[in-house]
Amino acid sequence: MLRFLVRRVLGAIAVLFAISVLVFLIFNVVPATNPAQRIAGKNATPQLIKNVEKEWGFDKSLPEQYWTQMKLIFTGEVKSYNAHINVDERIVEGIPATASLCIGAAIIWLAFGFLFGYLSAVRSGGWLDRGLTVLALIGISMPVFWLASILLYYFTYKIELFPPSGYEPLSDPGKWFSHLILPWISLAVLFAGFYSRVLRSSMLDVMNEDYVRTARAKGLSQRRVMVKHVLRNSLIPVITLFGLDFGVLIGGGAIVTESLFNIEGVGLFTAEALKQQDFPSIMAVTLFGAFFIVLFNILVDIGYAYLDPRIRLGASAA
Amino acid sequence: MSATPETAPVSPGTGGGPLLEVDGLRVGFATEDGRVQAVDGVDFQLEPGEVLAIVGESGSGKSVTAQTLIGLTRSPNSHIEGSVKLNGEELTTLSEAQLQKVRGRQIAMIFQDPMTSMNPVYTVGRQIIEAIRAHDSKVGKRDAHRQAIELLEAVGIPDADRRVDAYPHEFSGGMRQRAMIAMGLALEPSILIADEPTTALDVTIQAQILDLIQDLNRSRGLATILITHDLGVVAEVADRVLVMYGGKVVERGTLTDIFYDPQHPYTWGLLGSLTRLDQPRPHRLPQISGAPPSLLNLPSGCAFRPRCPHEFGKCKEVPGLEARLPEDPNHRDRCWLTAEQKRRLREVEGRIGLEEPRG
Amino acid sequence: MGSDVSGATSTEATTAPSGALLEVTDLVKHFPIKSGLLFDREVDQVRAVDGISFSVDKGETLGLVGESGSGKSTACRAVLQLLKPTSGSVKFEGQEIAGLGRRELRPLRREMQMIFQDPYASLNPRKRVGQIVGDQLKIQKVASGGELRKRVEGLLDRVGLSPEHYNRFPHEFSGGQRQRIGIARALALEPKLVICDEPVSALDVSIQAQIVNLLDDLQDELRLTYVFVAHDIGVVRHISDRIAVMNQGKIVETGPADQVCEHPRDAYTKKLLAAVPIADPRESAARRAERTAAG
Repeated sequence: MLRFLVRRVLGAIAVLFAISVLVFLIFNVVPATNPAQRIAGKNATPQLIKNVEKEWGFDKSLPEQYWTQMKLIFTGEVKSYNAHINVDERIVEGIPATASLCIGAAIIWLAFGFLFGYLSAVRSGGWLDRGLTVLALIGISMPVFWLASILLYYFTYKIELFPPSGYEPLSDPGKWFSHLILPWISLAVLFAGFYSRVLRSSMLDVMNEDYVRTARAKGLSQRRVMVKHVLRNSLIPVITLFGLDFGVLIGGGAIVTESLFNIEGVGLFTAEALKQQDFPSIMAVTLFGAFFIVLFNILVDIGYAYLDPRIRLGASAA
Repeated sequence: MSATPETAPVSPGTGGGPLLEVDGLRVGFATEDGRVQAVDGVDFQLEPGEVLAIVGESGSGKSVTAQTLIGLTRSPNSHIEGSVKLNGEELTTLSEAQLQKVRGRQIAMIFQDPMTSMNPVYTVGRQIIEAIRAHDSKVGKRDAHRQAIELLEAVGIPDADRRVDAYPHEFSGGMRQRAMIAMGLALEPSILIADEPTTALDVTIQAQILDLIQDLNRSRGLATILITHDLGVVAEVADRVLVMYGGKVVERGTLTDIFYDPQHPYTWGLLGSLTRLDQPRPHRLPQISGAPPSLLNLPSGCAFRPRCPHEFGKCKEVPGLEARLPEDPNHRDRCWLTAEQKRRLREVEGRIGLEEPRG
Repeated sequence: MGSDVSGATSTEATTAPSGALLEVTDLVKHFPIKSGLLFDREVDQVRAVDGISFSVDKGETLGLVGESGSGKSTACRAVLQLLKPTSGSVKFEGQEIAGLGRRELRPLRREMQMIFQDPYASLNPRKRVGQIVGDQLKIQKVASGGELRKRVEGLLDRVGLSPEHYNRFPHEFSGGQRQRIGIARALALEPKLVICDEPVSALDVSIQAQIVNLLDDLQDELRLTYVFVAHDIGVVRHISDRIAVMNQGKIVETGPADQVCEHPRDAYTKKLLAAVPIADPRESAARRAERTAAG
């Protein structure tokens, strides 16, 4: 376990370093508008631009610029080019909203993904399975922006069941909940459909395993066979997906949902940063997102070892 | 096993009637390529305390027959006809819930590959406890755990109190098969179905497992159905033998009948193609030509006809499983040749075998 | 058939007479077990093959018998240089081949072929039978075009398949037929040495005898030399001139096939033979009575 953690943490640091270098290079090598010019404003004199360049360090060598940039990000002093706001603070402020959105949506999509996937597998080939398959495919193929727009139009403007948009802090749970219910649904539907399909096919594979036949031959009830032997052994593909998906979303990947529902989370901030090509912000959110993806990958591997005792963390074969 | 196979097996003497009676069993599966008749009319009886071997190659229907006995082949795609009676009670018409009470408790089953037949994510002990508590939820976890240790000891697993909490992958193949048997014994069933229990094991381990099965058969009167492709294994443990080919029983008799007076050419072929360590090696192995038939497309008449060097006109009709030796009504086979012809034709190079086909 | 002289009953390397096609001396293959917090160090090793020596004469069949984990499959691969031996010498026609590079081995690959256990896994499912069998001929630039096709059809015929099978895919064949395809592929380049790794153990009983007989016929006809590796000592005895018994990476006994089976000297060989079921109820009952009386 220690060996595993040491190796994975070092690996994670290496990955984050590589990503930061890559993003930095893309921004500095790909020709874009001169950042100094943007900071200085539209009608800036060449002298002003020069001053800005000096002030922000654009005249220094690339490694030096990279180093300064990283130092600023990790000391929490990094400023955006445009609004001169503190990027790290903005990200931290966005975390509660993003976490509320992602955790809530994850609970919904896991619940429905498991329920539908399980029922589909148990009744595979039957009418229930076919119905759920159609439902899942509809869910998977509905674009999030379209679903969100429909939900907003119908539930907030037409029947005014839910408040329009924005994020309310958890200090008022009722408000918090009612503001999040539509974003949760629009984010969860795609994943629920997808997860139910993955779980179904994983369960159908496991149902052909010899040990499932053994379990039946012992005289276990159908439900016990399905839950304790089939479902339990089908979790690995679902866990793998969940680690990746959740890592992406919590790291600021729920861009569309946060934008449409005007939730001021990390995703919305990412969207703005991208739109304005604001390099310090993009750098910071990229690292923030990558951190979560790497973190959840490590958690997934720990999950594997928990689910299957044959998988030993840090075994040299791995 | 009894020292001489001819003597009646030691039976608990439950008074009249066989323990298990299978009559006209047919199992078909609907597949994309058409209907597969995996088992096509199998009849046999199992007496208390005996070891019945079902011998056949892949596709002979032996495993499907065994699994159908406890309803493991039930599915929307399968079609099961005929009757399976356990102590006079019909099993084929039982509901799934009623069958669950039979499985494990009255008829236990172990499988070919002990590597894949235990769930890798649970400890061996937990899987045995699960079997015990599935049938009697009143048994406490601690009692069940103690029982599991006793069962593991009974099948010869050393250090059972420690090994009970190990995972299947921490056991060797032979130990895993012992643990499977322990699990099968948990509820003291009257029948053990062993489906190729030693095929995946090394020969030295195979000998140990066969000894164990035989020992349980004798000490507990555990009636056993042994499914195998290996006539050597049969000779070691069985009392009676069914030879299956293309979904049908082609010959049925005692161990002595099958090994010393085989009536069906397929049985001759199986015996002949064995490499025997106790005999001088023949220059050439008497082989059976061709390949086992596809169940999707069985030949008409006797299914063995295309591979049989002794085939003649009559073989286009399916021969019934009948007693064709006047002196032995319990030795039955499906071959149209006369007893006299059979005696003559089965001798090849001084031993029983199947002649090479002409041309 | 072959000579029984070389290496008889001795587990030591005997300096083989000039007739030896293959001579293996002190062959070792260890697999390292690595561990370490940051960098892997070798902490232990699996001694899969732990110093074996044997020789095989031209036209002879050497049976290599052992249970799972005995190292027999690893030994085959180390002999063919499919695995790099840890140490030891492998001489083919007197030439040292252990440690040769890929390019130097290339011409030798023609002379040494292998037949595998699993006829399902060892044939590329996307290739047609003609391609599978003919590929080596093409790669080694032995034949092409119409000549290639003719040779492949000849090979298919030789192993008991029909030339019409040329354009079929492996999945259209039964297990026994697939093993025939594997044999045809191995024979395409007219090798001198064929290593058969459990060639019949995945097959049905009635098919096993067919393949054993086919291998026998091909040996007579093409004067092949076999190393026949299997766990089934009955099959090994039938096909082999001499037998080497492997246990835990070492050869514990070597000798003429009948002698090893009828008068084993090594304790492990005796145990192995005693465990083989006898397909004769009276004999096996007698043997059991003996065993219970003894124990």
